[in-house]
Amino acid sequence: MKLKSLALAAAIAFAGLSTALTSPAAFAQAKEQFFPVLVYRTGAYAPNGVPFANGYVDYLKYINAKGGINGVKISYEECETGYATDKGVECYERLKGKNGGATVFQPLSTGITFALTDKAPGDKIPLITSGYGRADTVDGMAFKWNFPLLGTYWTGADILIQHLAKKEGGADKLKGKKIALVYHDSPYGKEPIPLLQERAKHNGFELQLLPVTAPGVEQKATWLQVRQSRPDYVLLWGWGVMNSAALKEAVATGYPREKMYGVWWSGAEPDVKDVGAGAKGYNALAMQHGAEPNAKIVQDILKEVHGKGQGTGPKEEVGQVLYMRGMIASMLAVEGVRRAQERFAKGKVITAEQARWGFENLALDQKKLDALGFAGVMRPVSTSCADHLGSSWARIHTWDGSKWAFSSDWYEADDSLIKPLVKASSEKYANEKKIARRAPADCQS
Amino acid sequence: MAFFLETLIGGLMTGMLYALVALGFVLIFKASGVFNFAQGAMVLFAALAMARFSEWIPALLGTESKLVANLLGFAAAMVVMIASAWLIERLVLGKLVNQEGITLLMATLGITYFLDGFGQTVFGSDIYKIDLGLPKDPVFLLESVFQGGILVSQEDLVAALIAAALVAVLAAFFQYTSTGRALRAVADDHQAAQSIGIPLKRIWVIVWSVAGFVALVAGMIWGSKLGVQFSLSLVALKALPVVILGGLTSVPGAIIGGLIIGVGEKLSEVFIGPYFGGGIEIWFAYVLALVFLLVRPQGLFGEKIIDRV
Amino acid sequence: MLYRENGQFKTSYAADQQIFPIIQDRVLIVAMLVVAFVVVPLVAPEYLFRAILIPFLILSLAALGLNILVGYCGQISLGTGGFMAVGAYAAYNFFVRIDGFPVVVAILLGGACATVVGVLFGIPSLRIKGLYLAVATLAAQFFTDWAFLRIKWFTNDSSSGSVSVSSLQVAGWTIDTPAEKYLFCLMFLAVFGLLAKNLVRSHIGREWMAIRDMDVAAAVIGIRPVYAKLTAFAVSSFIVGVAGALWGFVHLGSWEPAAFNIDRSFQLLFMVIIGGLGSIMGSFFGAAFIVILPIALDNLTVAVGLNTALASHLTFMVFGGLIVFFLIVEPHGIARLWSMGKEKLRLWPFPH
Repeated sequence: MKLKSLALAAAIAFAGLSTALTSPAAFAQAKEQFFPVLVYRTGAYAPNGVPFANGYVDYLKYINAKGGINGVKISYEECETGYATDKGVECYERLKGKNGGATVFQPLSTGITFALTDKAPGDKIPLITSGYGRADTVDGMAFKWNFPLLGTYWTGADILIQHLAKKEGGADKLKGKKIALVYHDSPYGKEPIPLLQERAKHNGFELQLLPVTAPGVEQKATWLQVRQSRPDYVLLWGWGVMNSAALKEAVATGYPREKMYGVWWSGAEPDVKDVGAGAKGYNALAMQHGAEPNAKIVQDILKEVHGKGQGTGPKEEVGQVLYMRGMIASMLAVEGVRRAQERFAKGKVITAEQARWGFENLALDQKKLDALGFAGVMRPVSTSCADHLGSSWARIHTWDGSKWAFSSDWYEADDSLIKPLVKASSEKYANEKKIARRAPADCQS
Repeated sequence: MAFFLETLIGGLMTGMLYALVALGFVLIFKASGVFNFAQGAMVLFAALAMARFSEWIPALLGTESKLVANLLGFAAAMVVMIASAWLIERLVLGKLVNQEGITLLMATLGITYFLDGFGQTVFGSDIYKIDLGLPKDPVFLLESVFQGGILVSQEDLVAALIAAALVAVLAAFFQYTSTGRALRAVADDHQAAQSIGIPLKRIWVIVWSVAGFVALVAGMIWGSKLGVQFSLSLVALKALPVVILGGLTSVPGAIIGGLIIGVGEKLSEVFIGPYFGGGIEIWFAYVLALVFLLVRPQGLFGEKIIDRV
Repeated sequence: MLYRENGQFKTSYAADQQIFPIIQDRVLIVAMLVVAFVVVPLVAPEYLFRAILIPFLILSLAALGLNILVGYCGQISLGTGGFMAVGAYAAYNFFVRIDGFPVVVAILLGGACATVVGVLFGIPSLRIKGLYLAVATLAAQFFTDWAFLRIKWFTNDSSSGSVSVSSLQVAGWTIDTPAEKYLFCLMFLAVFGLLAKNLVRSHIGREWMAIRDMDVAAAVIGIRPVYAKLTAFAVSSFIVGVAGALWGFVHLGSWEPAAFNIDRSFQLLFMVIIGGLGSIMGSFFGAAFIVILPIALDNLTVAVGLNTALASHLTFMVFGGLIVFFLIVEPHGIARLWSMGKEKLRLWPFPH
């Protein structure tokens, strides 16, 4: 009994003490720009989350090695979310006030993005959701604090359909074809459906929706259905282990991988490495970048960060698809801060509100991108008050059995169908939340 | 018609694989009365051990042969599972003798969390490969009778055969060896078994090791099918309806239950699913088990619970 | 010496049947309520509210509901997450579809819908018992998971299946600061805690406990199992549904069905078991343990400087290990330790 009560007392004391310790540190004069890094290095989605996180952090280290943003060093802290919304919210609450205040949050999860979209405006912290999140947040007049830079699921789906139309020989040739969407049954997977349905009406193809229960390990029935209905193309909207499971089931049911097209979150090395030769011919969207082992920025990072033993992950990962995605997300955040510094306080730490202005006024032309080391990797990005997207170009890349290689030209998303959807959706959101659209004068702040 | 047969065969084979996981549940419940929620984590842990050891050991020894690598990995994983069985009995079960069922259930849930974290710490959280050399391409049967033939996945077929072989081996083990008889005695009545001199603690270690072996085989097969990664432990959630439909204490029940659930799941998803928008597999399996339970509350082959007032 | 009931005579039945018959207990409770209602909103930092106190309050409400079902009536249920989801989505639909619908009424109606669903999925308990019932209730969990993803009407036709609420107002008072949200949840918890405590002390509570202990004998002496089990499911689902609505409305603000998945159900069951089955206090203890422990471990590992993956795995391991430890050390839960402590306190400073 004595040991028990001692152990109990110790446990309670420990709990109480750590509760006291959990409150974030008192505000200290910020000398460094603080970037919180929400990651998932564990759980069902870790294989894809880890390279993204490594790329993100490596780029921050690289900037620090180069002297920071106009002399301002970057401090960062990782927080594990495990792709769970409530853990993501807890990470947000814990890190938003730390080290002088978080500059920007990049949740890397559509679910967490939805939750933070409500909280961020109140705390005046911008969110960058590059290539994911709510597709209607491109409308900057309704969503002041969200920045889905470089692409959303609507632009991605649109470009996929454009590519398929081109393959068939013209948009009119899509009529009567059958396209199946195998998607992760979550907000992430369901987001492209409205646009695909619009496109189906517009181009005359039949859209078959095949949901896969999260985390997507069990897909036998789905692919038996694919075998029965024999669609002309299958679009894959998966994440984590669902991607490789889909490819494995495609092999097991004999569906040709050349007819499979994945979104940019379903087209990376962890998804195909496991399947090996069976995945040969599988195509996926490349949101501007693909696997870029020869890019100048990759060489620089290998030299400045990995060369000095500071690499976050293994060297072989540098230049892989998701690593590049993380790196580019990091670069956009850094460039936004740099732009904000130009207006507000060059060479000093800026607030999150000021950073938001920076993200809204990004003007990365090809010259600047080349100077940063992204020549041949990215196209110019320029955001504005009404347009938080910045650029909607993408390409297709294909797995040839050992690496990803680009297999198409650049496409730009066709706004004619997307714009009305965005407008309708953002209006619905504004009505539900009873918030007003921004006045044009607000764009100057 | 061809498609129906395809789905049926696919369901039967998937069912065998569920039965493999369900066997682990049944074994432990039969012998020690514990509903081992950690079975899924054990499957994952065993698969991770095998996948990683079959990478590390050949790299250490310098052998190139895949067969040797797999065998060594399997053996090493088996050692790990026996060690963890011993530890679990020593540290957890031994201290929780005579507690209520729900306490033991929660303890196994605690073990699940521990094994999940420990496995990923030691072996990593990437997707790892178990390459058994199974053919991944499908075969098409009866192409002359049905247009397009009936698709049968070779990998699943081999896996189902391995599962069936394992069940046969286990049945023989229980029936014809003295340890098997001792296990059956313990399952019948702990006190009586103890009174004739059967060492309970050692029996429990043996049972958990056998369950560990079953978990390893299941992990190996599922791992080679799906890749070894954290979500493998969720396969156990799909095996639970099998366990309750067949009866918690019956090995043949696990097999029959597995076949019923496998077929029911696939047929429902493919033929009924589209009317509901799809994705109904997992809850349909549970509802199916529930319907059976309403007719036979202890499962198809389970022991009737006799209440004395 | 301090905690004695000497000299406290009850002169009426009402006085005798109070929840806290000893004056010291009443003083302690009043002090705790004062601290909870008055002191905490004034001094606690925002992070404490958002990350610890509000989840603690809502989850202890849910654990309270689950304790009634599992601890008092003995029906093991793993579908709690599903009932929380029903409460949350039902409240959402009432709140969003009808303009100006009061939040409190929406939340209570959400609980009512959860009651209906709970009774429906509780019907198998009339035939199935024990572990079989536990697994059968998973049908409820997975069905609700699927229903809220697939049936668009439930999510007000949102394309992604994710819904959100904002601008909660009670009688003109807008709830937007963390302290206000905390008080809102605290009021629900206080009311429901009182209701639950009185319910389990009443004849219905005794019926539940009789069913739990020996259901055949209970039926023999005239307790109708149908009535007892289904009321347990009903009351439990109502409380759990209200907790679910609060979780979505107040804590998350914006949620998708994955917020109420099977991990949530297991988490609540942990709270109930570790806190103590069949004890109202136990729900609070269990909720505190399960809410604070992962955050404390996370912060500790970050403070020590481990990388996040290792830290997260270590959290899992320590969590699992501590659960097993607690079950070994005190299988009846923290509430048992609490009541043993009170027993010792009665005799203190004398040993016996």
